[in-house]
Amino acid sequence: MTNSIPEIENHDVIFVIGSNTTETHPIIGLRMKKAVKRGADLIVADPRRIDLVRSSSLWLQQTPGTDVALLNSIMHVIVKEDFIDKKFIEERTEGFESFKDSLDEFTPEAGERITGVPKEKIVKAAFLYGDAVRPGIYYTMGITQHTHGTENVYAIANLALMTGNLGRESTGVNPLRGQNNVQGATDMGCIPDFYPGYQRVDVPGIKQKFEKAWGVKLSDKPGLKAPEMIRAAIEGKLRALYIMGENPILSDPDVRHTINALKNLDFLVVQDIFLTETAELADVILPSACYAEKNGTFTNTSRTVQRIRKAVEPPGDAKADSYSISELGKRFGYEMNYNLMEDIFQEAKKLWPALVGVTYKRISKAGLQWPCPTLDHPGTPYLFKGGFPRGRATFTSVRYRASEELPDNDYPFLLSTGRQLFQYHTGSMTRRVDAINMVSPGAYIEIHPDDADKLNVRDGDIVKVTSRRGSLDIEVMVSERPLKGLVFIPFHYREAAANLLTNTALDPVAKIPELKVCAVKIEQSNK
Amino acid sequence: MVTLKIDGKKVTVRKLSTVLDAARKLDIPIPTLCHHPELSPFGGCRLCLIEIKGYPKPVASCTTFAKEGMEIITASPSLEKLRRTTLELILSDHPKDCMVCERAGDCKLQELAYFYGIRENRFEGERRIYTKKDNNPFVAREMEKCILCGQCVRICDEIQGVGAIDFAYRGLKTKICPPFEKDLDCEFCGQCVSVCPTGALTGKMWAHKGRQNFKEVETVCPYCGCGCNLTLHVWRNEVIRVSSKEDTINEGWLCAKGRFGYGFIHSPDRLAKPLIRTAPKEGVDLNKPQNSSRFTIHDSQFKEVSWDEALDYIAVKLKETKEKYGSDAVGGLSSARCTNEENYLFQKFIRAVIGTNNVDHCARY
Repeated sequence: MTNSIPEIENHDVIFVIGSNTTETHPIIGLRMKKAVKRGADLIVADPRRIDLVRSSSLWLQQTPGTDVALLNSIMHVIVKEDFIDKKFIEERTEGFESFKDSLDEFTPEAGERITGVPKEKIVKAAFLYGDAVRPGIYYTMGITQHTHGTENVYAIANLALMTGNLGRESTGVNPLRGQNNVQGATDMGCIPDFYPGYQRVDVPGIKQKFEKAWGVKLSDKPGLKAPEMIRAAIEGKLRALYIMGENPILSDPDVRHTINALKNLDFLVVQDIFLTETAELADVILPSACYAEKNGTFTNTSRTVQRIRKAVEPPGDAKADSYSISELGKRFGYEMNYNLMEDIFQEAKKLWPALVGVTYKRISKAGLQWPCPTLDHPGTPYLFKGGFPRGRATFTSVRYRASEELPDNDYPFLLSTGRQLFQYHTGSMTRRVDAINMVSPGAYIEIHPDDADKLNVRDGDIVKVTSRRGSLDIEVMVSERPLKGLVFIPFHYREAAANLLTNTALDPVAKIPELKVCAVKIEQSNK
Repeated sequence: MVTLKIDGKKVTVRKLSTVLDAARKLDIPIPTLCHHPELSPFGGCRLCLIEIKGYPKPVASCTTFAKEGMEIITASPSLEKLRRTTLELILSDHPKDCMVCERAGDCKLQELAYFYGIRENRFEGERRIYTKKDNNPFVAREMEKCILCGQCVRICDEIQGVGAIDFAYRGLKTKICPPFEKDLDCEFCGQCVSVCPTGALTGKMWAHKGRQNFKEVETVCPYCGCGCNLTLHVWRNEVIRVSSKEDTINEGWLCAKGRFGYGFIHSPDRLAKPLIRTAPKEGVDLNKPQNSSRFTIHDSQFKEVSWDEALDYIAVKLKETKEKYGSDAVGGLSSARCTNEENYLFQKFIRAVIGTNNVDHCARY
C-alpha cells in the first residue's frame, strides 16, 4: 500500500477493482465502509456482486480479464474531460504524450464492447475518480492473477499518475496483501531476483555488498520464480526443493501438474505445522512452531512492521523454523547462530537502510511503517511524498489482450477462483477449526440463476465441473453474485480443489498464473 | 471549541463533543453501560446522568452536547442515589449466576454492582424468559442477561455494516434478536461479543476454559495482510481466548477468523516429530478428509526420527544434489506465514549456503 490503513477513512473516492475486500481483508473493509459513511463515493469494479457493492455508489460488472480495457476507457474519458493533473504530469512523470495517444481507441463505446460495462457507467467512474481530491485505488488478485496481470497494474498506475493521485495523505494506490507476511517475505528477499530490500541480484555492486556481509561468493543469476520451479521440476532441471510453510499442491494452478512436478523431484523437504497435501509427497517433514509459539516480526500490507510474541510452547518436538535453517547451515559448515531473534532483524537492517529505524523496543507497543531510516524517524504512513525514488514515474502504454483460455463451445463457462470469508488459503489452518467448519463446511460453485436454469440444476445439487486439466464434483450454490456465464469456486477445499481446473498460463513478467480466468463445462454429476 | 466547567475544573473541547467526552478528557469517571466511543450516542442506560446548573433535572451526559459556559456536577448524593436505583432496576431481572457466568471478572454490570454494593434488590419482580436458539458455533447468547444497552445492535449496523440484529417488541418483552427471532446467521465477526458489557454475549469456545489468572500476550493475527493486533489469553500453555485492544491499528475490531479461528494451534493434527519417508511416494488422495492425514499416511509412509537424524539426512541429500547437478538444481519456497526473521534466514540459506537465487514464496496465490 502506498497509504496506510487509517488513511482509508479520509478518502473522498475509493475505487476497488478486483478485490473482495470485506471477505479477504475484513478489517480494511470496515474502514472503507466507514469512509462511505463519512461521505466517500465507492466505485466497485468486480464481475461478482460482492458484499461491497451494497455500499457502493457505482458498480462496474466487467467480464473477467477485461480490466485493461475498462481502465483505459476510464482514462480515455479522463483525458477527454480534462481531469488530468498537468502540473503533476509535467513535474513528476515522463512519457505522457505517447501514452495519451494509446488511449484514443478506448472510447467508452469500445470499453463497453469489450468489458460489458455500460458506457454511461464508464463515464461516471471517470467523473467520480477524475474529480476526486483524495482518491484511493485498492486491488488484489482480481487484478494480478491474469496473463496480463502486469499490464493491469500498469493501467492502475497510469490512472493514478495522470490524475496526480499519488504521494499525498489518503491518496494513492493500494494493493492488499492476502497473507499476513507476504509483504515481509518479499521485503526480506524471498524472491528470486532481489536480495532483501529490493536490491537486484544482477546489478553490479549489490552482489558484492551481500558477499561481504555474508562472507561467501553469491550467484548473480536471477533464480526461478515459484511457478517456474514447478515447471523446472517437471523438466528435471530442478532436483531438490525445500518448502517452508507452503502448500503448492492446493494453491498452485493445475493440481495434477503440481503433483507430477513434486513427485518428479529427487528430494523434497517440507517444513510445516500440519501434514499438508504437499507434505504427503515429502521425503522429510520437519515440524514447525506456529505464530503463537515464536517471537519475531510480521509486516502487514501497509508496510507496518509489528511484533509477534511467543504465547505457548510448540507441540512435541516442533521447533521454530529458524532452528532448522540455522542447524542446516551448520551442517554445511556455515554458521548462522544468533542469540536473539532481534539479532537476525538487526542483520537484515544493516543491508536495507529503510528498516534502520525499526527496533523491537520501538515497535513493542505499535508497529512502524517503512521506510524508517533513522532511530528517531516516525515511519512513513504514505509513500512518494514530494517525489519517486527513481526520479520521474513513467507512463506505460498498455493494450488490451484477451485472457489465455476463454469459454468456447466445449467449455462454455468462465471460471474464477478465489477466497471466501471464513476459510483461509489452502485450509490447513482454518479447516482444523471446528467452529469454522460448521459455518463453512465444504466447497461450492456459484452459478447465476439463469445458467442454473439452463443446466437444470438447483441449489445443493452436485455437478461435475471439467476443464482441460481436470474435473471435480461440487455442490451448486445458485447465486445472483456472479455475472451470467461466470462461475466461481473458492480454492480452500481439498476435496473439491479448485486448482484441479485452473490454467498454468503465466504472466510473462510477474509469472503469476491466470487463476481468475479459465474455461470449464458443467454437467450433472452421477455422484 | 467550547469551554465548560466540570466538577469545578475547566475543560475545552471541540464543538459537538458531548459532556461525557469532556468529562472523560478530564479523566472524571462517569459510569456507563451503553456508551461506546466509536458508536452513536444512545442514552439508554441512564447511568451517566449529570446535573447542569440551570437545568431543572439531571440529563444523560452521553447525549448532551457540551456548551460554552456550562457548569456541571458529575457526582452528588442525589445523582448517586439515582444511579444506584437505576442499577437496581437493571439488576432486578438479571440472573444471579455470576459464579458460573463466562463474563464474571470482565463484566461491567458486575463491576458497577460491586462499586455500588448492591446485593439485595428492592425490585425483585417478573423475569424475562427466552427460548434458546443458539446453534451457531461462535456466539453464545444468554439473553436473560441482556440489559438492552444496544451496543451490539449499533456495532453490527454502524461498524460492521451488517445489521444482523435489532430490538424487537416493547416493554418488558423487549429483546434483541435476528429477524423473525431466528438463530444468528451473520459474518460472526464477534464485534458484538467484544462490546457486550454483560454475560449476554460471549464466545462459545471460551466456555469453561478459565476466567482469570490467564496471561495476556500481544501479537499479530496469522491470517490476512491487515495485520490486526491480537491479544492471546493464555492459560497453562493453551490459548483460550482471543481479543483485541481499542488502541490498535484495527481499533479492536476483528473478523471471524482472527477472533475465533485459533483452534488450529492446539489441533491434535499438529506435527510434533520430524518424519522421514519409508515407503515409495504415492499420489495425493484429495478425497480423504483433511484431518485424517496425520494418522493414516504418517504410519504407513513415514517414520518418526530425531531432529539430528532428519537434519543430517537433509544436509546429505542437498549436498549430493548440489554436487551432482549444481546449485541451480536446488530451490526453496518460503512462506508468507513465517516471520521476517525466518524469511531472511531462509533466503540467506538458499543464497549463501546452497548458492542459488532459486528462492521465492507464495505471493502469487
